[in-house]
Amino acid sequence: MKKGKFSILEHELVPKHEILEEREAAALLDKYKLQKEQLPKIKKSDPVIKEIKAEVGDVVRITRRSRTAGKSLSYRLVIE
Amino acid sequence: MRAKRIKGIKFGLLSSKEIRKMSASRIITPDTYGEDGFPIERGLVNQHIGVIDPGLRCKTCGGRMGECPGHFGHIDLEAPVIHVGYAKLIHRILTATCRKCSRVVLGEEDRKRFLEEIKRQKERQADVGEVVKQVFREAAKSSVCMYCSEPQNLIKYDKPTTYIEIDEGGKERRLMPTDVRERLERIPDEDVFLFGMDPENARPEWMVLTVLPVPPVTARPSITLESGQRSEDDLTHKLVDIIRINQRFMENRDAGAPQLIIEDLWELLQYHVNTYFDNEIPGVPPARHRSGRPLKTISQRLKGKEGRFRGSLSGKRVNFSARTVISPDPDIEIDEVGVPEEVAKELTITVNVTERNLDVMRETLKRGKKHPGVNYVRRVDGRKIKVTESNYEALAEELDIGWRVERHIQDGDIVLFNRQPSLHRLSIMAHYVRVMPGRTFRLNPAVCPPYNADYDGDEMNLHVLQTEEARAEAKILMEVQRNIISPRFGRPIIGGIHDYITGVFLLTRGEKRFEKEKVLDILYKIDIEDLGEYGGTFESPVRSEVSGMGFEEVRLSRYWTGKQIFSMILPKQLNLQFRGKMCARCIERGEGCKKENCSREAYIVIKEGNLLCGVIDERAIGSFKGIIIDKIFRQYREEVAKVFINNVSRLAINYIKQTGFSFGISDEDLPREGKELIREEAVHEAEKKVDELIRAYEGGELETLPGRTLEETLELLIMQELAHARDDSGIIAERYLSIENPGVLMAKSGARGSMLNLTQMAACVGQQSVRGERIKRGYQGRTLPHFKPDDRSADAHGFVRSSFKDGLSPTEYFFHAIGGREALVDTAVRTSQSGYFQRRLINALQDLEVKYDGTVRETKGIVVQFKYGDDSVDPSKGEYGKVVDIDEVIREAIGVESRS
Ligand SMILES: [Mg+2]
Ligand SMILES: [Zn+2]
Ligand SMILES: [Zn+2]
Ligand SMILES: [Zn+2]
Repeated sequence: MKKGKFSILEHELVPKHEILEEREAAALLDKYKLQKEQLPKIKKSDPVIKEIKAEVGDVVRITRRSRTAGKSLSYRLVIE
Repeated sequence: MRAKRIKGIKFGLLSSKEIRKMSASRIITPDTYGEDGFPIERGLVNQHIGVIDPGLRCKTCGGRMGECPGHFGHIDLEAPVIHVGYAKLIHRILTATCRKCSRVVLGEEDRKRFLEEIKRQKERQADVGEVVKQVFREAAKSSVCMYCSEPQNLIKYDKPTTYIEIDEGGKERRLMPTDVRERLERIPDEDVFLFGMDPENARPEWMVLTVLPVPPVTARPSITLESGQRSEDDLTHKLVDIIRINQRFMENRDAGAPQLIIEDLWELLQYHVNTYFDNEIPGVPPARHRSGRPLKTISQRLKGKEGRFRGSLSGKRVNFSARTVISPDPDIEIDEVGVPEEVAKELTITVNVTERNLDVMRETLKRGKKHPGVNYVRRVDGRKIKVTESNYEALAEELDIGWRVERHIQDGDIVLFNRQPSLHRLSIMAHYVRVMPGRTFRLNPAVCPPYNADYDGDEMNLHVLQTEEARAEAKILMEVQRNIISPRFGRPIIGGIHDYITGVFLLTRGEKRFEKEKVLDILYKIDIEDLGEYGGTFESPVRSEVSGMGFEEVRLSRYWTGKQIFSMILPKQLNLQFRGKMCARCIERGEGCKKENCSREAYIVIKEGNLLCGVIDERAIGSFKGIIIDKIFRQYREEVAKVFINNVSRLAINYIKQTGFSFGISDEDLPREGKELIREEAVHEAEKKVDELIRAYEGGELETLPGRTLEETLELLIMQELAHARDDSGIIAERYLSIENPGVLMAKSGARGSMLNLTQMAACVGQQSVRGERIKRGYQGRTLPHFKPDDRSADAHGFVRSSFKDGLSPTEYFFHAIGGREALVDTAVRTSQSGYFQRRLINALQDLEVKYDGTVRETKGIVVQFKYGDDSVDPSKGEYGKVVDIDEVIREAIGVESRS
């Protein structure tokens, strides 16, 4: 990282993004009976995706703070 | 005709070949009917392309009128014409392709890149529009073709359908449709993909017409006027024009007419084809009927609110529905709707006659067309018979199992009731019919809030459900009482308004005592088993009957208090404590709540269904708040809540009717000393301070606020000061207006209006503003000629010191009109904008569905939310955003009073 810049992952408004392992992703798709294409998408060019170095086809788990539930999980498929 | 199933829909252009293939007849004459009254062969209404005359048979499919769906014909155009709908696209394609070899003028590399990008987007089912835009932008840049080295010329597009090529020398040459078509024809298939088109379904040259499809006559039926004269459809008129010009063009060309004449006719043909497609092209005079009315051609049939899409497909008119003005009736239940007998006799429900209802239906039929009667019967053989004055008795005799009877709607039938704009699901709810005299729909005022209805002329729609499934579904999902809690904010949206609140407020305030007769007068419309414990006894003088001498005797009689009367409609086990609207925010002000001893009666305690203390106001029974309604709904469910609201309606209205309640102009009066006080202490004081501020500003002593200029600071401070003036006058006025003032009573109880409204009426209207600032527009340096230029004082910039009661001075009146106009414009703009936004939002979200696994998905199963609302809670079912209110459950279990 260049000097003087900070990682956007540390910004309080950026929710936590994690790349799922193959096994976890498969479990997720099985749990919701989903095709990979039915997941919400996120572009590879998304600043957070670039930062965590996710590849096309990866599934990321996003953990957000939620007004209604305290914490909420969602998953996105990385696309071109 | 055999029914067919739609397997798919293909969008594309029709090629000349395809138009000819689907044509049942080549149309060559502009005439319609011959002298014998029969359609002319090869004419615009010929029998190969559909029949609209009874008795005739279609020469293509053999069907009669009504059976034959109609068939397309075609006109062979003598010269090609541009299709107006694609004129712009044609121009872009001409600009992007080489004038000689018709390849897209892009380098091999760019070409490949774009083709791949388009392919990828299509695989993703995404929009190719952006890429195509880039293709056109890039291709228009090159001045020389990279394939045949031909220099490229600029092509000017002259609306609506003319293209002019300008060479390097600046010489202009018109591209005739034939030239255009030739160029488009030469474009290789591989290049067509670059325009986002599929050459299989849409070759560019198909945008230049050589053959014109003629819609079947069934799509443009002629009507017969009373005089027996035929009047053709606008489309037919237009097609007649096209055929005439087409013929003249051919004759002139064959006769070797000069080029100029040919071109004029060609232009005319183009005009007619253009207006045939769209008669509202900007810059083109619309084609008119003989009467001067513009013709309604294809585009006009489809476009706009009354067009085929919005008018006929998305917004169909329906049977079994009624519409009329609504008016209030607090004596009907909240889940009822009063239906005029006239309407009830027109709307029907179809009943299958079985052995179990045969006798009842026969009785109904025996009444003929008198109210709960029958309009039509359908016999077992399927024949439908209209019930008339002369045949109903015979039909009643004949009635048998297996018949179907279209009986009038009657009391207890379930119907849907709706008020537009239907912005949320509560805009359509299920009500039970109650047939009444009169000509309006009757609605309990407690149900106005979800519909956002009032009775100043609002109309509502009613739909009669026709199947058992629909009726069951409406009952389970749409009944009014099941929608008392709003899905939007999880609190009751149905509840007391206006006089309901005033009535209950008056009844429960203080300790009003009523003797038995009075109590019964108030309660006679309510189903109560006994009056319960009385509140005490008071002495009342009674003329002695025995002596007859007229001397008076004192007797003890029982009384009930207003609070006890209200308690009679509460469920027996209800326990509840809360602060009402009367509370002066004691806790926030650090004074602590005095609870039962609150002098304002703002603390409400209900124990075992008895109102022990506190006055019932908007917060207790009002719509949007309604703590008691909320509690009853959650504890006893919808039926008890419905009964409670019904009873509140009757109790409140009955009581207020008997005590009387009115608000008049004299209720806005203040005593002289009060007015003096307002003038001196509030208004003068503020105006003095404003003058000081102005002096400080002019003397350069005013300190600027951070982030503001000196002027802005001054304005801000003046605004603050003048806002104070109004608030202070309100406070002073309040001292002279007690709660006994009906206006104050309504404001404080939450029935109607606010203290601000009263302040403006009785004390001071206050500062008028435009866009949050004092009024400053008008003449140079001043708002009106009544003031000196650069006068910054309060009254020169829209401060209204008068009250509405006293009346406004001419300048004040004018400033008030300025402020009022802004408010009016704002609401008009806001409603139209939010309406459009709502339409788009609903369009985008309408197919989302919460699945059984708790996810929210769209039609393709793509997940939108993994857990509905993050917490899977329906706000109308949960307790204030949680699935259960655990504290409440514990409190209930250990027997402590609920929520305080
Ligand atoms: Mg209205
Ligand atoms: Zn036919
Ligand atoms: Zn070329
Ligand atoms: Zn209080």
